Amino acid sequence: MSLRSYIVARVLLTIPMILLLLTMVFLIIRVMPGDPADLHFEKRVDPEILAEFKHRLGLDKPLPVQYVDYLAGLLSGNLGSSMQDFSPVGQQIFSAFPATLELAIYSAAFAIIVGVLLGVRASRSYNSIPDHSIRMFGIVSYAIPVFFLGEVLIIVFGIYLGWFPTGLRFNPRIEAPQGLQLGGWRLATGLYTVDSLLEGSLTKFAESLRYLSLPVLALGTVLCGIFIRMTRSNMLETLRLDFVTSARARGIKERAVVYAYALRNAFLPILTMMGLQFAALLAGAVLTETTFSWPGLGRYLVTRITFRDYTAIQGAVVFYGVIVALVSLVVDILYAYLDPRIRF
Amino acid sequence: MSVVDVESLSIHYLMRRGNIRAVDDVTLSVRKGETLGVVGESGCGKSTLGLALIRLIPYPGSIVGGRVLLDGTDLRSLPEKEMRQIRGKRIGFIFQDPMTSLNPVKKIGDHFIELIRTHEKRVDKAEALDRASRMLETLGILPERVNDYPHQFSGGMRQRVMIGLALTLNPEFVIADEPTTSLDVIVEAQILELLKRLKEAFNITLMLITHNIGIIAQTADRVAVMYAGRLAEVGPSLRLFADPLHPYTQALLSAVPNVAKPGRVLSWIPGAPPDLASPPPGCLYNPRCPHAFDRCPREAPRLMDVGGGRSVACFLYYRG
Amino acid sequence: MAGGEHRGRIVVQVLPRIASLRKRGLAGWTTLAGSVIVASIFVMTLAAPWISPHDPTAIGLGKPPHPSPPSADFPMGTNHLGMDMLSRIFWGGSTMLQVAVISVIVCLVVGVPIALLASYSGGILDKATSLVMDSIYAFPGLVLAIAIAAMLGPGVVNMALSIGVVYIPSYFRVVRSQVLSIKELPYVEAARTIGARDRSILFRYILPNVVPSVVVIATINFADAILTAAGLTFVGLGISVGTPDWGWDLTWGRQYLTTGSWWIIAFPGLMIVLLALGFTLLGEGLSELLNPRLEE
Repeated sequence: MSLRSYIVARVLLTIPMILLLLTMVFLIIRVMPGDPADLHFEKRVDPEILAEFKHRLGLDKPLPVQYVDYLAGLLSGNLGSSMQDFSPVGQQIFSAFPATLELAIYSAAFAIIVGVLLGVRASRSYNSIPDHSIRMFGIVSYAIPVFFLGEVLIIVFGIYLGWFPTGLRFNPRIEAPQGLQLGGWRLATGLYTVDSLLEGSLTKFAESLRYLSLPVLALGTVLCGIFIRMTRSNMLETLRLDFVTSARARGIKERAVVYAYALRNAFLPILTMMGLQFAALLAGAVLTETTFSWPGLGRYLVTRITFRDYTAIQGAVVFYGVIVALVSLVVDILYAYLDPRIRF
Repeated sequence: MSVVDVESLSIHYLMRRGNIRAVDDVTLSVRKGETLGVVGESGCGKSTLGLALIRLIPYPGSIVGGRVLLDGTDLRSLPEKEMRQIRGKRIGFIFQDPMTSLNPVKKIGDHFIELIRTHEKRVDKAEALDRASRMLETLGILPERVNDYPHQFSGGMRQRVMIGLALTLNPEFVIADEPTTSLDVIVEAQILELLKRLKEAFNITLMLITHNIGIIAQTADRVAVMYAGRLAEVGPSLRLFADPLHPYTQALLSAVPNVAKPGRVLSWIPGAPPDLASPPPGCLYNPRCPHAFDRCPREAPRLMDVGGGRSVACFLYYRG
Repeated sequence: MAGGEHRGRIVVQVLPRIASLRKRGLAGWTTLAGSVIVASIFVMTLAAPWISPHDPTAIGLGKPPHPSPPSADFPMGTNHLGMDMLSRIFWGGSTMLQVAVISVIVCLVVGVPIALLASYSGGILDKATSLVMDSIYAFPGLVLAIAIAAMLGPGVVNMALSIGVVYIPSYFRVVRSQVLSIKELPYVEAARTIGARDRSILFRYILPNVVPSVVVIATINFADAILTAAGLTFVGLGISVGTPDWGWDLTWGRQYLTTGSWWIIAFPGLMIVLLALGFTLLGEGLSELLNPRLEE
């Protein structure tokens, strides 16, 4: 199958999937027993106010109509209105998302880099103590609830040693990174590390890294286990292949053999794994953000839960689902592009 | 004047079910300019022997005794860094399966460039590429194909590339481990022809490992016959084939079908090779040997010089 | 062959395996270690009413100020309300274990039959169900569980249902891939040509082969369920206040970190890690034993 037809097929598959996804969220929030408006007020409200409230949010219309409104709204980018103050949920999500994105990117990078390095190290000394310890570390690290690890890191590095801040995203006493200012225009990505560099401020850059450190350490550690295991098993397989022995027989340096030969062949599965892990990454981010008071989408979701803001919860969950679906689409296409077997 | 001396080399594989004695106390030499054929059935230890000479025995195997001398240097005592410098440059190795021995994501030319630049650091890419193209020509491959990937070559061509890689840096010694086993007969003949041509052109010292006696007969100057990890017989190939001394060699040769004698019933060797994890005492061929006598199961015969450049490990030829 | 014979066969296959675990090298030890950990925690939780020194919900124990650090009277200290942490450790696993067990049961009862049916029938049913399962699978697990739990409300069963729904696609995938590969094997085709009914093919040929993979995914599911349950409690969607629960202690103990009262979260946290680890080891070991990889 050629690349183009694969892309087309894959994109076509994504559309019904997203539709199903949206329907599922609708079913959960609106159709499942428990009227969201009633639950919001915990049944302690004047019936008139409740009716008015439902009307404003469109929750009094018959379900099929609500469904159509919901889908139509989503197509135009409307993720609903908050139950708390009727403000657009979409806006809140988009302003919270960059924080989550930044956390996710650095945590993923950490997990992959540490995971691959440890996996390679383990594969080079098969069945030895370093190998077993690394594998054990990979297994144990996954079993730790990320918020527990986060709390431990806060105690040790934040409170006890005082090296890192114990929460928030940036130093409240300094102005947040603004990005590049060109005349009246501002170019900002919402990622503090990038924006501080765009602005040209190394202090802000350092500060944003300081605040990122512990959350990334927590989330990254919990996720690196799968990369350790995968890299290790891929390397063990590849290192045993004939072309590796024949390269060694030509006197090629071990480091060149390991990295250039074996790792390059193991790279593709790592990419796919990252795509698969993206969902887990976002899930872990929810808990990490709560632990570190990191103002991202995860914390937004959790706060909305405490406020029983079901429409906002719906919007956030939809956003999560669509993002993951799109990311896996991109990863699949990238994989097809890179894997010579599909290309030729 | 020997290029390689193997002295009492023993290699064991440490497996859970026991210590597999893949190579047991093997002593032989390869003289400059000669082709030594190492022949034996599958599992007799010949491939392990070959890999041992460049210290690339796979886990869980290891050399447990003996020495390997290259021009007088003890290869076992060298630190890994120096051993690496020897591999590819002073000793070339040709692997059995050309389909899997080349890196699928690397161009053919890049294999050569990498090899040359690893050992001769001052050579620049252009010069290395040039040498690669010329080598391809010598091998009978169009030099433009230096930019192609392995999967675009046929099996025979890939094996030529492998040979080319082994010979590029003009090594003192080349080991070929079953170089034609995975090729069809016609391609095999071409490869052997190529090897012969290169041997004469470059005066190569070659150790040719194979289970195919026919190839040995065609290309080897001297032959070493291995059985169950031990040497059975060593000698100049013409004399060895004309007059095999060791019962195993005799059985091997008579098992080869002869086109000139159709209708002759094929013979085979009854029994099976011994379990190398717990070998019985005495001569390992004893259970299958038609000439065995009382001494055979008690003592293991050592390789004895019987004159004419020949040696046999068999009590039939012991004097005194 | 009735279903009972299958069960019997599975038991007969498993018991001698347990005995020979020691011989199976690393995989055996991992399974053994995992089973021991899991079994101990189960036993501890069941025995809690008898071995617990105090009532886990009793407040104001010991001398103020509360929370107080570990001491001879209270080996794991007390929390801010003066509850004995040790007792809460003994009792605290119960909710999590219940949630995990129920969610696994939900997955087995719902996920496996759907997978068997859909993948065996093939065609539109297979494609449609796969699409639905992929959509669910696409969600970050915790997020979906949050959505469901938010609507269902607190409670053990509700938590279990949320987690169960999130994990059904994993079971589906595992079973489906097994069914697809077995379905085309010659001996199944042969059975069909001699007129065997689909239902009996499913039960006699396919189901027994699917069981090992399901067992493995179920153990891993247990581990994930524990962690997700803890996560749900952490965001406030877990059980109602009052029942002793490790996740709950982990959540509420957070505020006392800044004052240095580490023991409130340390012990429950460690227990969760231990329990998740036990199931993970069990899953890893079983996976290796039942589907050995050729590493040597």
